[in-house]
Amino acid sequence: MSDSQDILSLATAWRSAGEQVAIATVTETWGSSPRPAGSQLAVTVSGKMAGSVSGGCIEGAVAEAAMKTIANGVPQLLDFGITDERAWEVGLACGGKLKVFVEKLA
Amino acid sequence: MTPELLAELTAARAAKRPVVMATRLPGGEQMLLPAEGVDAELAAAAQRALDRDESGTVKIGNADWFLHAYNPPMRLIVVGAVHISQALVPMAAQMGLSVVVVDPRRSFATEERFPNVTIMTDWTDEAIEALAPDVRTAVVTLTHDPKLDDPALDIALKSPAFYIGSLGSRRTHARRLDRLREMGHSEETLARIKGPVGLDIGAVTAPEIALSILAEFVAARRNAKLFAREAKAG
Repeated sequence: MSDSQDILSLATAWRSAGEQVAIATVTETWGSSPRPAGSQLAVTVSGKMAGSVSGGCIEGAVAEAAMKTIANGVPQLLDFGITDERAWEVGLACGGKLKVFVEKLA
Repeated sequence: MTPELLAELTAARAAKRPVVMATRLPGGEQMLLPAEGVDAELAAAAQRALDRDESGTVKIGNADWFLHAYNPPMRLIVVGAVHISQALVPMAAQMGLSVVVVDPRRSFATEERFPNVTIMTDWTDEAIEALAPDVRTAVVTLTHDPKLDDPALDIALKSPAFYIGSLGSRRTHARRLDRLREMGHSEETLARIKGPVGLDIGAVTAPEIALSILAEFVAARRNAKLFAREAKAG
């Protein structure tokens, strides 16, 4: 989708400007996840953020994980919302379930 | 993502070439498809992702691959550099569409009225022919002047454009269909034209009409149930 393409352009521009950037991408969804596979969130160490991987529920947790990936260069595959109860805990009020791949923009 | 792959992806997008970024999960090994010497099953899955314009994870053998489809932006060809178009064009751009405005009347088709958008001032049939609408293209005629709209519709109907809409009241549209019929278009072909254009949301102002057109565009591209119902009723 074009909106995820825009996130990538923006992330590339940030990278070119010397920022340390990670990109998180929704790779799989189940149930009522708000954003489809392919949706992206870009974050920088300096605290810039663009795009989304949910309706705002898990962006904080993803951004935190992204800092680790930026630091050690190792990509991560994150799971969110295993059950409805847990979905509430991690902030997925919709009860959806999704996987998010986090990678560093080298 | 390595700088090399990012550069390749950026170049493909700039050239409006459909590509798939394939990422092996969870490790993150990546490649850009299509490419030579790739597993046939993976290549076929990547092509399906592009055809459906849908990213997702697939299992190939024992491996999970995330296939991120990067299709070029969908196109919206707007015939008529009119007031409604001035509302429609920026809204369509906001949706990520690649927009072209066609109007041979140079007093309408000015950069001042349509900043940052491709403008063509050729006669409308020649323009549509040159733009060669494909299955990811929508054509909307908004001049409600038969000598501008009809030639554009004539060419659009001969193309695989997935959405064709035409502004005008029911009476105007009925007369338009008569003229296109005389030009040799079948009933089945004519049924492709959404007319009056746009979802019936009671739109009055130019931005409201633009919204109704884009809503119908979205419904068409996403195969919304709304269309299924309409098809049944009709």
